[in-house]
Amino acid sequence: MTKFVKGNEAVVIGALYAGCDLYFGYPITPASEIAHGAAKWFPMLGRTFVQAECETASVNMMFGAAAAGKLCMTATSGPGFSLMQEGLSYLAGAELPAVVVNVNRAGPGLGNVYPEQSDYTPAVKGGGHGNYQTFTLAPASAQEMCDLTIKAFEMAAKWRTPAVVFADGLQGQMMESVALPAAEVPRPDFSAWAAQGEPKTRANLVKSIFLDAHAQEVFNEKLQAKYEAMRADALAESCLADDADILLVAFGIGARIARTTAETLRKQGVKAGCFRPITLNPFPREQLAAAAKGRKILSLEIDAGQFADDVRLNLAKAGLGAEAAAVKMIHRMGGEVVTVDDAVKAAKELL
Amino acid sequence: MATIEQKGMYRSFPRSGKDVSFTHYCPGCGHGIINKLIAEACAELGLQDRTIFVDPVGCGVFTYYYWDAAHISAAHGRASAVATGTCRARPDAVTMAYQGDGDLGAIGFNNAFQAASRGERFGCIFVNNSLYGMTGGQMAPTTLDGETTTTTPFGRDPALTGHPLHVCEVFNQLAAPVYIARVSVADTRRILQAKQAIRKMFEIERDGKGYALLEILAPCPTNFRMTAEKAAQFCITEMEKEYPLAVFRDVTKDATPLVPRDVPRAADCAALFAEKTVVPPAADDPAIAEKRFKFAGYGGQGVLSLGLTVAEAARLERRHTLWFPSYGPEQRGGSANCSVVVSGTPIGSPTVEHPDVLVCMNQPSYERFVGDVVKGGTVIVDETVPLTVAPPEGVTVVRWPAIRLAEEFGVPKAANTMMLAALKKLACTGLSGASLEAALVASFKKKPELGEKNRELLRKAEAREG
Ligand SMILES: Cc1ncc(C[n+]2csc(CCOP(=O)(O)OP(=O)(O)O)c2C)c(N)n1
Ligand code: SF4
Ligand SMILES: [Mg+2]
Repeated sequence: MTKFVKGNEAVVIGALYAGCDLYFGYPITPASEIAHGAAKWFPMLGRTFVQAECETASVNMMFGAAAAGKLCMTATSGPGFSLMQEGLSYLAGAELPAVVVNVNRAGPGLGNVYPEQSDYTPAVKGGGHGNYQTFTLAPASAQEMCDLTIKAFEMAAKWRTPAVVFADGLQGQMMESVALPAAEVPRPDFSAWAAQGEPKTRANLVKSIFLDAHAQEVFNEKLQAKYEAMRADALAESCLADDADILLVAFGIGARIARTTAETLRKQGVKAGCFRPITLNPFPREQLAAAAKGRKILSLEIDAGQFADDVRLNLAKAGLGAEAAAVKMIHRMGGEVVTVDDAVKAAKELL
Repeated sequence: MATIEQKGMYRSFPRSGKDVSFTHYCPGCGHGIINKLIAEACAELGLQDRTIFVDPVGCGVFTYYYWDAAHISAAHGRASAVATGTCRARPDAVTMAYQGDGDLGAIGFNNAFQAASRGERFGCIFVNNSLYGMTGGQMAPTTLDGETTTTTPFGRDPALTGHPLHVCEVFNQLAAPVYIARVSVADTRRILQAKQAIRKMFEIERDGKGYALLEILAPCPTNFRMTAEKAAQFCITEMEKEYPLAVFRDVTKDATPLVPRDVPRAADCAALFAEKTVVPPAADDPAIAEKRFKFAGYGGQGVLSLGLTVAEAARLERRHTLWFPSYGPEQRGGSANCSVVVSGTPIGSPTVEHPDVLVCMNQPSYERFVGDVVKGGTVIVDETVPLTVAPPEGVTVVRWPAIRLAEEFGVPKAANTMMLAALKKLACTGLSGASLEAALVASFKKKPELGEKNRELLRKAEAREG
């Protein structure tokens, strides 16, 4: 069964199939259709939709619902995502599973509602206080807005961590065919740690405070070990990369522009390929290194270069210092998107 | 200091990380007394298994050390937002938030107020000690006129900081709460009253009656810089002057919780998302070249749905396709456009920089987009649009009376259907006429008779403009 839906609607479909029981949200363009879909579909399945008074409230409502052992989510865009950073830190500190969808718009400040990837750093590195990270996935189609939302819930529950679905305004508004998931995911059992108001959970305590410095350090070490283990779940894909001279590296909607760019370059006799991280955190470092070794690299992005810096960092950490140093970037900002024409030109300049 | 073996309290406090049996509160602190009363009431009513406490950040932060029940430790100010999530997630639980006057009155005021206004099913125990205890005795919204705190070293000056905030009185303006009261723990008589009120809070939540707020005046000897006795006396003589003890509202006897209105229900996701017409997934066919479309005009001319119809026709032919609208304030100026891509293989870049087919219903969109059309491409433009800009070389421009035909047929709203007639007649979409018609009919899913009517109009237009 396929449905022709906006990426934003596909997120809600994915969340419902994933077993998300509660949605908390505050309207913001270009993410509002997620709230619209949730307001309609959650109650139709007997699930809960709450319009919060602000994004600070949304994220803390998630904290309360997740601590009570239920899967829950919110969706927002830049300004709302900023307001959620404290709450994300608390979710990470209390090791609570929850999913935040950020349909990135242009910034800083009020900016505008057109697509950017400029929230890269807070979405990928943990934008709030303390030593924490989120599990961050970057869809590139309406199908993936659905599928990676499901994956986000799976990873959030598996790693007891907040997960971020990092999309952009273009993907949120774009309609494509989505094949519906085959089945709903069964609800996970969190009664070992959650406060569920039941006899078996009476002794449970959900908190992020460790008054003792040593205990806090031990907890931090545990978190860091978890993030290291999480790396096993890194996802990536590549195309036309096997014999490429030039490798375009891009994520989300950028990866689709990169693919068309590579195909165009191939038609013009240039051996170009693409590499796309599907998870931005954990970053698919080894996969990137395998695809990038000995190649010229062009990072294509809709930000100021935050992603390119991460590409360099990961190449360097994988021992590809020379490739890292030579990474070039093509980017746009402000709601403008890199054109295929410009990307083709930039790639040729690398040769 | 709390005595051990108190009902509902742990015998010792291992959650503190140390096996101690004294609390972290200063001697004479109101929190300690309130903690005991809460633990007692919860245990006496047999609600420990059902209760979820949401703890604050403030001196009450470690309440979870003491009460034998499940706890959630919230961020500073957010206990009411957290409790909202908790009580929505667990409607059968007894959810109880605990907040200080900085926590609830300042940083988290709106969260608490909005939760009260929504009538969330939790109880909020609000400890007013007239200042920020934990962080060293700073002014809170509840600090009394003239009261000395570390941030009002010369006494609170209403000219600079306003007047004390009366939380109960403000919340009493809301329709939803079922119980709002202010008590004190400054002496034995008051403590007994407070205990009754706390019991009542639990009963309200046990019976699912709605939102309840209990403000408790509490001494903070440390930051009042007084002995325990003097601090308690300050609560009675000074704080009660500003904050009289009272039951502001009690409708719990008659309160029956509002039952949500019925909404349409679906059995499961599959039932919810089932489609009447099953469109199979796209099939790869590299022989089919990609085509890019742009549809533009004034909002209300139906260019977005025209684009959707073309995309739907492509879906019916098992092509890969996507549709992307202009959105946000761009729409508000009156112009609208959408892009459609149709392909035999999965689509890369979704943006339509260079359309193969451009449909324009008005002059601004013609002027804006005609220069982008690829060589060999087609522009269909309403005949009312003057061709002020020359098209690029090799681009065919067709003027078509979409608006006029729609008016002549007596359905001015169908100008977009008239444009679809042009697309079909010129065979420039790469899609069959049958698919375009089927997609048009399908676009009126909710009003099938309009679908048939539009199909008729489309055929009439094709025949007319021979
Ligand atoms: C976002 C944030 N800002 C500031 C603080 C510091 N802080 C902790 S408790 C507190 C005030 C507590 O006062 P109140 O709520 O009145 O509780 P009390 O200690 O008096 O019981 C503040 C400002 C914090 N934890 N988080
Ligand atoms: S500082 Fe005040 S409120 Fe905090 S524990 Fe001591 S007496 Fe109680
Ligand atoms: Mg206080």
